[in-house]
This record gives sequence, structure tokens and C-alpha cells, in this order.
Amino acid sequence: MRLSQLEVGEKGIVKEFTDLEMSVKLMEMGCLPGEEIRVDRIAPMGDPIAINVSGYQLSLRKREASTIILQ
Amino acid sequence: MKADIRVALVGNPNTGKSTLFNVLTGLNQKIGNFPGVTVDKKVGYTKLPDGRIAEIVDLPGTYSLYPKSQDESIVFSVLADRHNPLTPDLVIVILDASNLKRNLLLYSQVADLKIPVIIALNMMDLAKKSGIDIDIDLFAKTLGVIVVPIAARKQEGIEALKTAISYANKIALQEDSIDVKSIAPQLIESISKELNIDNPYFALQLAHQHETLKFLTAEQSARIEALEKEHSFHSQKAQGSETIARYSAINELLYDTVKVPDTAQDETLSNKIDKLLTHKVFGFIIFFAILMFMFQAIFSWAAYPMALIDTAFVWLQNTLHKTLPVGPLVNLLADGIVAGLSGVMVFIPQIAILFAFISILEDTGYMSRVTFMMDKLMRKVGLNGKSVVPLIGGFACAVPSIMSTRTIENWKDRMITIMVTPLVTCSARLPVYTLLIALVVPNKNIWWVFNLQGLALAGMYVFSLVSAVIVAWVFKLILKSRERGYFIMELPVYRMPRWSNVAYSMYERSKSFVVQAGKVIIAVSIILWVMASYGPGDRFEKIDAKYKQPQYSHNINTDQLSRDIATEKLENSYAGQLGHFIEPAIRPLGFDWKIGIALITSFAAREVFVGTMATIYSVNGSADNIQSVQEKMHQAKNTQTGQPVFTFAVAFSLMMFYAFAMQCASTVAVVYRETKSWHWPAIQFAYMTVLAYVVSFVVYQLLK
Repeated sequence: MRLSQLEVGEKGIVKEFTDLEMSVKLMEMGCLPGEEIRVDRIAPMGDPIAINVSGYQLSLRKREASTIILQ
Repeated sequence: MKADIRVALVGNPNTGKSTLFNVLTGLNQKIGNFPGVTVDKKVGYTKLPDGRIAEIVDLPGTYSLYPKSQDESIVFSVLADRHNPLTPDLVIVILDASNLKRNLLLYSQVADLKIPVIIALNMMDLAKKSGIDIDIDLFAKTLGVIVVPIAARKQEGIEALKTAISYANKIALQEDSIDVKSIAPQLIESISKELNIDNPYFALQLAHQHETLKFLTAEQSARIEALEKEHSFHSQKAQGSETIARYSAINELLYDTVKVPDTAQDETLSNKIDKLLTHKVFGFIIFFAILMFMFQAIFSWAAYPMALIDTAFVWLQNTLHKTLPVGPLVNLLADGIVAGLSGVMVFIPQIAILFAFISILEDTGYMSRVTFMMDKLMRKVGLNGKSVVPLIGGFACAVPSIMSTRTIENWKDRMITIMVTPLVTCSARLPVYTLLIALVVPNKNIWWVFNLQGLALAGMYVFSLVSAVIVAWVFKLILKSRERGYFIMELPVYRMPRWSNVAYSMYERSKSFVVQAGKVIIAVSIILWVMASYGPGDRFEKIDAKYKQPQYSHNINTDQLSRDIATEKLENSYAGQLGHFIEPAIRPLGFDWKIGIALITSFAAREVFVGTMATIYSVNGSADNIQSVQEKMHQAKNTQTGQPVFTFAVAFSLMMFYAFAMQCASTVAVVYRETKSWHWPAIQFAYMTVLAYVVSFVVYQLLK
């Protein structure tokens, strides 16, 4: 299951990343393995998405979200 | 001002860092550049309880010491370079108490550089409200630093923070946050030995960032590179394991010291607002409505102060003429410099109002929602959600907007944004458009509501956005990307705008506009005045002699005579000669030599057009009285055909030329500064001028 496959309101826990470069940036922003993520919103045109992680809201594109694999 | 201690403010974006900076320094601040780069450096001063003066340096907001943009790269080089004249004695790390986990990452990196540090725990009021309970004493003891709880917006805890600054240690006493050496033991040791560094984290950062750091010599950088190869160092992997180690230390700390209530499920106010503001339908309607309101406000609210400024300058010009003795220097001062300056000053109200809106939109957090909504749309044409901010800002002025593209991390997206931003109808084009539209579009309503002139003006604004999008799309096909684009952005919670920040931004932006544009306009005004007042050889003497002959001086009244002399002198002046020289090239666009002069002078700045037209059509009295320029232009006849010069076709062709041509020296300069090469401004100048010529040509040939 990838983060990009979650619907609004669904939650998941980060397991690993498929892309090293992206993972470094995502982890800095608090998306770490073991962290719970909830999808808060999807932009009007279907991309990007807004997620709740580490107690704040982060937006990222679907393509970036697809590099996050959930447990 | 001489300071006793230098303090740097460091923190994540949206933590209230600039609010704290403003509260600490008041109006006692100035904006400059960091040496060698064009990142804004805000420096201010504050008086400590013990009477000493502290210099406060506001560093750009960043999530980590690993930079993702030019602004962010400043933070590490200021903090770490011991020979940098800006290196602080003390760092205040400002943390958002309601969002501690992510904020602490930056703190733990800064702490490991072993610079004396204190923590300002901001937004304590918000944290308490949402039930977050922080054991500050234990928190401070675990980290080994002084922690001052504050609420910068309410100005709470500021005195305690000042006291903490004055008692701050000269040596760093904070605990290590992680075991840095274990990330790359041999490499850190070799770099430390090689460069004589005593701090392992500094050595590790050099390994990551040596290629971009200015304080390293080429040999040092090459040596570090060689050491990395020797120890097979992988920058991204090392950074990843460092981040994981830091967060696990942070989690431990937070587990012991912070209690967060289980309210994560309940709908926050911010989320409710977002449901409406980023709604599929309402989101776009609201965004559009806000933009419309903004333009209405810019035009209607600014009208009165603009008229006031205009009147003041006309008065000044008249007074100069009346009180000072007649002579070329007085003419230069009154008709050249003062008239030119009034052309800039008159824009201050519009610029100030526009920046008030932009700063409110940014401050409340709405701008990042616009970015969020527009990203997909913008990406289709080669832009980025973050390009929306500069494009909207482009309605005021391309110069600050191009500076604001620094937030776009992706190189290609940023270059395209810079390339197309000057196409957006900026406030300098406004007087040109209003003058020309008033000249050829009838002032009447259709369907009772829509004023034709207003529609024409709105049409020019929409047209500019459309052309920016098309040009962006073309650049998207041409430019080769060097890196992958990504869009990882915090959506801060909605907050009320801070009115003092809004006021400050209005003041600051207007000031820099006047200074930037003012320099150019004064220079252009002087050159234009000289070129229009003197001619080659003895032509002027001959004209004077000609009109002294009795058939002129007896038969024509003095007013008419002096106007005839002025017109003939202008035609024979250097400027007139230049206009005649380029006339064959611009004839197909419908322009004569007089418009040619205005085109040439407008390449310094578009707003010069009205003033130039005023000078060329030898208006009596005020040079910037648009009404009288308009009347003059309305009456202007082609000397050969007897037809009016400013027909519908000519006016629209001229507007198209102004819509596309890169007629702004300040923009060229800022593009050069931002891209660090003449390559980009040259391409931009070339494509815009060619487009301007072609579109004007087509429009004129179709309409005439």
C-alpha cells in the first residue's frame, strides 16, 4: 500500500521509501518510518494532497506520495 | 550602531520568527544583502536589561541546515563560518510550541554546531489552548539550554528573553543531541584533521555542503571530495541516517517532557476553513473574487492619494520655475528630474496597497492554499504551484516578484517563472494603458453595467496572464531540466494577519520601489531632457534665427510662436533625430518618430512613456497632467495625410508593444542578479522585444 492510494480521512503508518532522494526530504519534514499519516484533503484537481503528520499539515504531490510505502 | 553582542534568530518558517524580530527591534532595523548573495539580510538592534546593545540578525526560515533553496543555504554559512563578519555570539532558536517535533530537528542540528544557543518557545498561548502540556524545566535540563516561553504576537515573555540574552554564556553548554561521529567516523576524523576543525558536526556538514560553501578554498573543497571518495561517503544515505537518529532522540525527549491530548481526531478550525477555501468549486470562485477585490481596491483606493501626489509635484514644479532664476539648470531640475520623479512617486499608493494584500494573503496562510490548489494547473504549463505568488505580485511590479521566486526550489520551474513574470501587466503599464484607452475607446456602458474602457483595461490584464501561460508552456518544451521537481510544502494553520507586519511590508516595499525605480528614472529624465533640449551642430541657432524674422514674430501670437519653436527644436534635437532614425523600422507598427522617442526612453522604464509624450507634444504647464497630454495626443495630426495620429489601430498596437516589450531596466538588473548571468536577461529581452514587434505588427495591420 502506498500513501498515494489512501482516500481522504484514511490513515497509515510509514514503513519505507522507494526513492532515496525523496526520502531524505520527506524524513526532514517528519515523515519517518513508524510515523502515522492521515490524508486530510486532495486538491481540487486531484493533485497534490494534504496530509497530517507529526502534528502539522504537509502538502505533497501524488508522485511524491507514491514513494512512501505504508505498513 | 555599535553592538555589544550579536544574536542570530533561527527557526522553521511559520514559527513567528519575523514577528519576534519585529517585537525585539521595533522600527530599529534595516534590510541589506548578505555578502555575495542577494538574500535579504534583516538586522536590527535591541537594548538589553543591563544596558548593553544586542544586534539581532534575522536568518531565513528553514527546516534544516541542509539547504533546499538559496535563502536557506545562508543559514549554515553564517552560523558555521568563524571568519564570517556576521558570525553570531549567540543563536536564538525559535520553536513553535504547538508543533515541537519537527521544529526540534533544526534545533538539534544547530545545537551540535556548538555555538552558544538559547530556545525561545513561541506560541505558548496556542499550545496551552490546545491542551499541550510542556514540562519546561525538564525540557531545558535535558537539552542543557535556557528555554524562554514566549508569545511573540502578544509580546509576552520578551523581557525574559532579553534577560536571557544578556546572561547568555560565551561557550556552548548544550548537550550533544546525537552521536554525530558514528555517522561517518573515519571521514569526520580525516576532515577534522585536514582542516583543523574541533567540531565533528561541522566537519560532517562540510562533507555534505563543501561544493556550495564560499568560505572554503578550491583546494580545501577538492581535498574533502577526495576524502569522501576514500571513505566511500554517500551524502544522501548519511543525511537519512542522521535525520532518523535525530528524530528518535527528539521522540525520547518529547515522550518525557510533553503531553499532547488525544484530540487529533477532532476537526480543527483550520480544517473547516480549508474545506471551503480549497473546495472544488468555491475554492476557485473565492480565489477569483479575492483577486477581483484586490484590483478594485488597487485602482479605487489609490486614486485619491495618487491625485494628491500628482498635485503636489505640479505645485513643486511651478514653484521651482517661479522662485528660481531662469536657466538650463532650473529647467533640468524642474522639467527633467522633478517631472520624472513624480512619475515614480505617483505609483506609491498602488504598490503599497498591493503589498498590503499580498502580505495579508501570505500571513494568514491563504497563499499556501492557493499554491496547493493551483499546482496541478500550473505544472501543465511548466510552472509550479509556487509560481502563483510571483505571478500575482507581477501585477504590481516584476522586480520584487522575481525576487520572490527564490522559494521555488526547482531550477527549471524557477527560471520559467522568472522568464514570464515580466509579461504580467505591472503597475507601470497602467498609466500607459489608461492614457491610450481613454484616447480611443468610447467612455460608455454596454449592457448597462460594463464600462467599455474598463472592459478594455480588464482585457489587457487577462491577455497578459494568458500570454504568460503560453510563453511558459513554450519554455517548458525548450528548457532541459537539470533536476527533478518536487513539491513538499507545509500548510500552516490559518492565523489572523499581524497588522504591524502588513504596515511594515507596505512601508518597506514602497521604499525599495522608490529607491530602485527612482535611480533609473532620474537618470533617464536627465538624459532625455538633455537629448530633447540640445541638437547637433548649429540647428537650434538657425531655428531661433528663423523665428526672429518679421514674418513670424509679427504675424503669430507669442504663445503659438514659442510652441512652434519648441516643436521644431524637438524635431531637430538629438532625441528627435533618433526618433527619425528608427521611424522606418516602426512605421509598419503604425508609429511615427515621436512615438519612437517614447519607445526608446521607455526601455528604461515604461512609466516614462507618459512623461515623454508630455514633453514631446509640448504641453503647456504641467508635464504630467494626463488630461492635457491626452487632449494633445487626441488633436495630433499626421503632417502628410492630415489624419489623427492616434487611431484605434495605433493605440492598440502601442498597447501590445507595451504589453510584451521588456521595457524596464530594473527588471533586467534583478533578473541578472537572481540568475547570476547575462545569459537569462539577454534571452528574456530578446524574446520579449521580438514578440512585442510581431504582435504589434499583426494588430496594426489587422485593425488599420
